[in-house]
Amino acid sequence: MAFVTTTLKRALAAAGLAALISSGAFAQTTLRVVKSGNLTILDLIWTTAYVTRDHGYLIYDTLFATDADNVVKPQMVDTWKVSGDKLTWTFTLRDGLEWHDGQPVTGEDCIASLKRWAARDAMGLKLWDFVKELKAVDAKTFEIVLKEPYGLLLESLGKPSSNVPFMMPKRVAETSPMEQIKSQIGSGPFIYKTDESKPGEKHVYIKNPKYKPRAEPASGLAGGKVVKVDRVELIEMPDVQIQANALLAGEIDMIEAPPHDLLPMLKADKSVVIDDWNPLGHQFIIRFNHVVKPFDNPKIRLAALYAINQEDYLKATVGDPAYYKVCAAVFICGTPFATDKGGEILLKSDFEKSKALLKEAGYDGTPVVVMQSTTLPILTNTAPVTKALLEKGGFKVDMQSMDWQTLVSRRTKKDPADKGGWNILHTYSVSADVLNPISTSYMVAAGDKSWFGWPTDPEMEKLRDAFARETDPVKQKALAEKVQLRALETAQYGWIGQWYGPGAHRNNIKGWLKAPVPVFWNIEKTGS
Amino acid sequence: MFAFIVRRLIATIPVLLFVAVFAFMLLRMTKDDPAAIIAGDNATADQVDAIRAKLGLNEPLWSQFFIWSSRVLVGDFGESFFFKKTVAELILQRVEPTLMLSLCTIILAVLIAVPVGVLAAARQGSWVDRIVMGFSVMGFSVPVFVIGYLLIYVFAIVLGWLPVQGYRRISEGFGDFIIRLILPSITLAVIYIALISRITRASVIETLGEDYIRTARAKGLPARIVLLRHALRNAAVPIITVIGIGIALLIGGVVVTESVYNIPGIGRLTVDAVLARDFPVIQVVILMFSVVYVLVNLVIDLAYSVLDPRIRY
Repeated sequence: MAFVTTTLKRALAAAGLAALISSGAFAQTTLRVVKSGNLTILDLIWTTAYVTRDHGYLIYDTLFATDADNVVKPQMVDTWKVSGDKLTWTFTLRDGLEWHDGQPVTGEDCIASLKRWAARDAMGLKLWDFVKELKAVDAKTFEIVLKEPYGLLLESLGKPSSNVPFMMPKRVAETSPMEQIKSQIGSGPFIYKTDESKPGEKHVYIKNPKYKPRAEPASGLAGGKVVKVDRVELIEMPDVQIQANALLAGEIDMIEAPPHDLLPMLKADKSVVIDDWNPLGHQFIIRFNHVVKPFDNPKIRLAALYAINQEDYLKATVGDPAYYKVCAAVFICGTPFATDKGGEILLKSDFEKSKALLKEAGYDGTPVVVMQSTTLPILTNTAPVTKALLEKGGFKVDMQSMDWQTLVSRRTKKDPADKGGWNILHTYSVSADVLNPISTSYMVAAGDKSWFGWPTDPEMEKLRDAFARETDPVKQKALAEKVQLRALETAQYGWIGQWYGPGAHRNNIKGWLKAPVPVFWNIEKTGS
Repeated sequence: MFAFIVRRLIATIPVLLFVAVFAFMLLRMTKDDPAAIIAGDNATADQVDAIRAKLGLNEPLWSQFFIWSSRVLVGDFGESFFFKKTVAELILQRVEPTLMLSLCTIILAVLIAVPVGVLAAARQGSWVDRIVMGFSVMGFSVPVFVIGYLLIYVFAIVLGWLPVQGYRRISEGFGDFIIRLILPSITLAVIYIALISRITRASVIETLGEDYIRTARAKGLPARIVLLRHALRNAAVPIITVIGIGIALLIGGVVVTESVYNIPGIGRLTVDAVLARDFPVIQVVILMFSVVYVLVNLVIDLAYSVLDPRIRY
């Protein structure tokens, strides 16, 4: 009898196993994702392109990371301490961290990675003004010694967006920051399959079986990076209509950011879910060229700010109010350094004030060259709105249309606008890039070292330095407010509205984390 | 014949040299800056300058051209600015999808267009002829992307019979490979069916008016034999010419179809390279296209002598 029972149990177990296998429970799960751009450059220090940053989050890890509430949390770091004089910061790495080639992650690796990052990133460059030295204490511990206290050290190490201080092996991180790395070895939750990836077609990542996630639940970019699929394929698919069709047909699982005009079509299909994975969204920017006429004159720049208003831009570009927000704060509404002070002038056009300022400044009617990008759909309508509003405000406008690549080539030129240069361009940032005066590259006002448009304002630089030195959050907030007011007073640039670009996925996908960057750990896929 | 082939191959050298200089200068004259594109949106002007220097774009034009052309002469096509892969490697990865798409398209087009053209010629003025000519005009007039989206909507979205997009290599399984080529091949074949059927019809009609056709008919040969063995063979030279030109055009003209169906072929590579200002890739792709044109024309010329014994080189 016992023999019969045992045999029966074994038979049932085998049948159950067979059923599980045939049902696909043990089948390899592959997440097929279409990003909003092609991944061409794999060195995340060499470029600030968001698609390269996202590649970094797949294969690398960070010392610190921001959670869903934008609070910096340890990631590769286990414990850290700061000396009483706030000059020596000591970091100890978690146990069991390994590179994809099986070597242990060491403090030396982290030091080399930080040096390479700081040579290129705006926030890293600022941090390095304060750094005296970095030294490895033992295999798992390293120190950052500062010349004077710095208020944004952890925020810098946990910077969420381009350029992110990702950790890479020392031998790779020692590559000059002006040369591209050739190795794709990280210690992150996924391993890049160089042999299977084909640029222009797809990039393949498999689950890192040795990755040890933190014990905390995943939150934003922080917490346990638990991978729940075996493989991620980033499919390169430039045509947005084909992206939508492929999602509807179930040929792909996720689209990172379908255009707003396709959302109603996708929403109408029950097999598709619209998911606002980036609650902070993005911010539009209008940038003046400070080194050529007429915007070398701050009164003329201010006249332009009086002529514009956020709502018109947002209606023309996004359309659906569910996906945009007017916001007077430069450092993103709802985040710690946000303030409305002074920003009201960006919310409502005042054409009379604009005309009065132009008269006062002696504007001679020289046409203002506005560059229009016709190949990035989200930006295409910004320039026509600027043209219409500035003309109402008394400007003469020459809007010149070009593809985005021509625009980014031309924006490097400091020639007069009628000799191949420019006066106004528009762009946008992920909100996570513009949360404080140091990470916001548009706030740099150091002439040639500034972002395109090259503003020079020693007062602004003093305020940014003071902000960087300040460690008291209350005083930091007051300084951030002064930075905003100064940017408006000198009309350094304009922030012309926040918008949100939700993603879309099949309804068998669950667990897309809310974060400023699309990440693929925590995501589950049921079925094939 | 051998001397002819050698002469023709030697004649390609100045053509390729001209194409190389032209492509190189044209790209440099655009004043576009790949370094600015590589650096990304948050990069500063200093960072862009540093990348420009690293890529050698600050060197004088003559120096850049000398370096590039001397490398090409020894078979080194350089490295893509973006992908950090050799241009040869990138092109090799993309050749198969384009070749397979072109091959399927031209086979489909010839299999449909030649019989249809012959039929239209044989029934000149009938309703068959009118339908063929009507289709031909439509094939010329409707843009490729409209046909593509229409076919996708009907066969992939509504009926769900075929995939929306993508490409699988033959090595990944013939079924997967062929099923993904059906819609792109039909899309691309429409215009070639229109072109080849029209030329076939005109050429066969002209041949049917020749004396030797009347003689063949007078001999009592069946109409099918007269049409296929006598008329079609003698009408073949213009048909072969248009098929050959079609093949050459296909290699460089699959851009739209590859984009609509997300096929990672040479066309997509060209578009991506142009958009990114990836000069090394664009230069080699242009050179490659010119080589293909030259070689296809050579093959067409050789085919003439096979089809028409009066033509000798």
